[in-house]
Amino acid sequence: MSCCAPGTEGSITGQLPSSEELALSSRIVGPGLRQTELSVPQVHCGTCITAIETSLKALPAVERARVNLSTKRVSIIWKEMVGNEPTDPSSLVKAIADATGYDTHLFSDGEDSGEALQRELIRAVALSGFAAANIMLLSVSVWSGADASTRDLFHWISAMIAAPALIYGGRFFYQSAWRALRRGRTNMDVPIALAITLSYAVSVWETIHHGQHAWFDATVSLLFFLLIGRTLDHIMRDRARSAISGLARLSPRGAMIIGKDGSREYRAVEDIAPGERVAIAMGERVPVDGVVESGASDMDVSIVNGESAPRAVRAGDALQAGMLSLTGSLVLVATASARQSFLSEIIALMEAAEGGRARYRRIADRAAQVYSPAVHLLALLAFLGWGFFGGDWKQAMLIAIAVLIITCPCALGLAVPVVQVVAAGRLFKNGIMVKDGSAMERLAEVDTVAFDKTGTLTLGKPKLVNLGSATAAHLAVAAGLAAHSRHPLSKALTGIASGPVPVFYDVVEIPGQGLEARSPQGLYRLGNRRFACGDSGVDTSAASSTLEVILSCDGKELARFLFEDELRPDSRAAIDELAAQGLSSGILSGDRQGSVSSLASRLGITRWAAELAPKAKAEFCVSLAEQGHKVLMVGDGINDAPALAAAHVSIAPATAADIGRQAADFVFMHESLEAVPLAIDVSRQAGRLIRQNFALAIGYNIIAVPIALAGYATPLIAAIAMSTSSIIVIANALRLNRTGHPNRHIATATGHDARQTGEARLA
Amino acid sequence: MNMLIFLIPIALFLGGLGLFAFLWSLKSGQYEDLDGAAWRILEEDSRDRT
Repeated sequence: MSCCAPGTEGSITGQLPSSEELALSSRIVGPGLRQTELSVPQVHCGTCITAIETSLKALPAVERARVNLSTKRVSIIWKEMVGNEPTDPSSLVKAIADATGYDTHLFSDGEDSGEALQRELIRAVALSGFAAANIMLLSVSVWSGADASTRDLFHWISAMIAAPALIYGGRFFYQSAWRALRRGRTNMDVPIALAITLSYAVSVWETIHHGQHAWFDATVSLLFFLLIGRTLDHIMRDRARSAISGLARLSPRGAMIIGKDGSREYRAVEDIAPGERVAIAMGERVPVDGVVESGASDMDVSIVNGESAPRAVRAGDALQAGMLSLTGSLVLVATASARQSFLSEIIALMEAAEGGRARYRRIADRAAQVYSPAVHLLALLAFLGWGFFGGDWKQAMLIAIAVLIITCPCALGLAVPVVQVVAAGRLFKNGIMVKDGSAMERLAEVDTVAFDKTGTLTLGKPKLVNLGSATAAHLAVAAGLAAHSRHPLSKALTGIASGPVPVFYDVVEIPGQGLEARSPQGLYRLGNRRFACGDSGVDTSAASSTLEVILSCDGKELARFLFEDELRPDSRAAIDELAAQGLSSGILSGDRQGSVSSLASRLGITRWAAELAPKAKAEFCVSLAEQGHKVLMVGDGINDAPALAAAHVSIAPATAADIGRQAADFVFMHESLEAVPLAIDVSRQAGRLIRQNFALAIGYNIIAVPIALAGYATPLIAAIAMSTSSIIVIANALRLNRTGHPNRHIATATGHDARQTGEARLA
Repeated sequence: MNMLIFLIPIALFLGGLGLFAFLWSLKSGQYEDLDGAAWRILEEDSRDRT
């Protein structure tokens, strides 16, 4: 049970939310009391719960703390003042980090509307379930031959139970049907609403006239089944959304503003006006576009434009929102407000790009487009036919209503959501979140896959490629120097050095250049060639795909380290598997030609494009769509967001920028790229099962409709037929949990490895 | 027929009791953290803190 003991994490990688951000986002719940919701995605066992809760409750400021393991959230109520001391909310986060070593993220509020709807739906399911069970019990005694007065009594009781259920549970269908009709469309809910209303009305009429057949049981059980389908659909979306919103936010909520008189103030990003000076500490992201006024640093720009190599900046350089300062502190003069920053340009591009997705209509809606006019026409024909040829208009109406009830898309309403919920559950187990069901339908149609490079095919982490060429002693010196820096190349160097590492006390980091330390042996320098070996060297690193770091002593080169962006695990296997599934893959990158072409040849991808602007990526997707291709875009950066929105369907890794994650239909949590072929495979299986389910439902109608048309459909037959068809459809959907196991063996084996590393990193 | 007069109300009442119990448990947050509850039962009761 040492999984969540402190120290196992190694070092805390992410940045903890600052006290200002915590105070900004907390909610006042009582006099002097504030509530903070934190997301701790790594919480996974009982020890974690105890460790977090005890450490929090030990703080004098904490009034109440509770961990929710399902949503992986911690809710803390804390006092603003303890005695006369104001509370520092960052002590809460620190307590969690000290107790478990886990990263904490602020959980953004305002996600409650979905949860409220889910509660309403579950209540409606409960109520209609109660009504259906009781009415069915009464109906059984009617079918087994109750005498006339008892039958009437039972019908009246049924009518009274059914009415509230119909209003409370049926409102979801009435509202949806009304919305569709008002726009001159029909959807599945129109025949549903019509059938439950008409069957209830005719049953009441029958009951008043002491009739033999009442349809209350059919009405309410129909409602019950359909509400289950609707609730499952909603829960699936809600679970994915809450899992995604629990991830770390990459864009800052606030920034430190330096006033004219030198005063410092922490303000929300939206309130920063152009011309104001913003302080950016090492390890912080740039909140708004601006120009560097003073300071120098290396910026991680991978999430902004896909470039994998850090960019050195000094006073006078322009910065874009989203860049991360790696090695130095900067003072920035904002040139645009948050609303006009680079990010909002991207949002405008995304809105313009939103193409195929908005036009896509879900399978169920397309089926309804054909199905509901056909059903209504059939009922009308039955009414006219029996009226003119039979002469008895009352019987004609009863038969028409029987047709409507028996054709009511009970199985159709379940056919799609049940399959998609089972499929989403299977993907969820493999760390893939699905935003909604339509995404899965679209993914099944895909024929082309476009990958982003940095952060998607690669991890955005450099890896040493010429380990053998440097001596162990030089490597140790380099690692000792590199331990003083946050630069990604330095981190990679410290990571690989084993054994004792010399300790340097007097290390100076020169942003954009490298590290420098005085020692008895001389002046060690670690950095780019020009810095390490004096001005004589030629800077070669910009042209080739690899990055170069030189270790020198008194200006003499000792060792040369070459780095390449590390591939995401299983990239090659995933690309091969996509090819085996008949999909063609390509790379769309914002990075330089050289690095993209070498990566493409390593992965065996022939089609690639480099140095693309965000707009060009989106246009590329649109042009492919115009040629009739269905494009899947896999990307993570801010620069990918327009392409993610323009593509037919899109997938983003969990490490993606917030905006990319929101634009994507699927988000995968594990490091392995195997998630992409797996998601496509499961979606295709789900598509097959949905079509089978439709076939089953139509087959049922072919048998049942003639019975109804002939006038033999009694409530008993309707009840049996509808329940059986629903159960068959659900049973067929559950097959998805078992299908495809043999041929997924290899994939799950490798996927398992990746999960191991993923968890080892988390745990 | 006569016994129906009290049997049906009793049946409906019992069913309603079940429904009410479910709605109450939903409202009191018993379905909020299904995974956590399984672990919490293993914890020792802290008498001093309650």
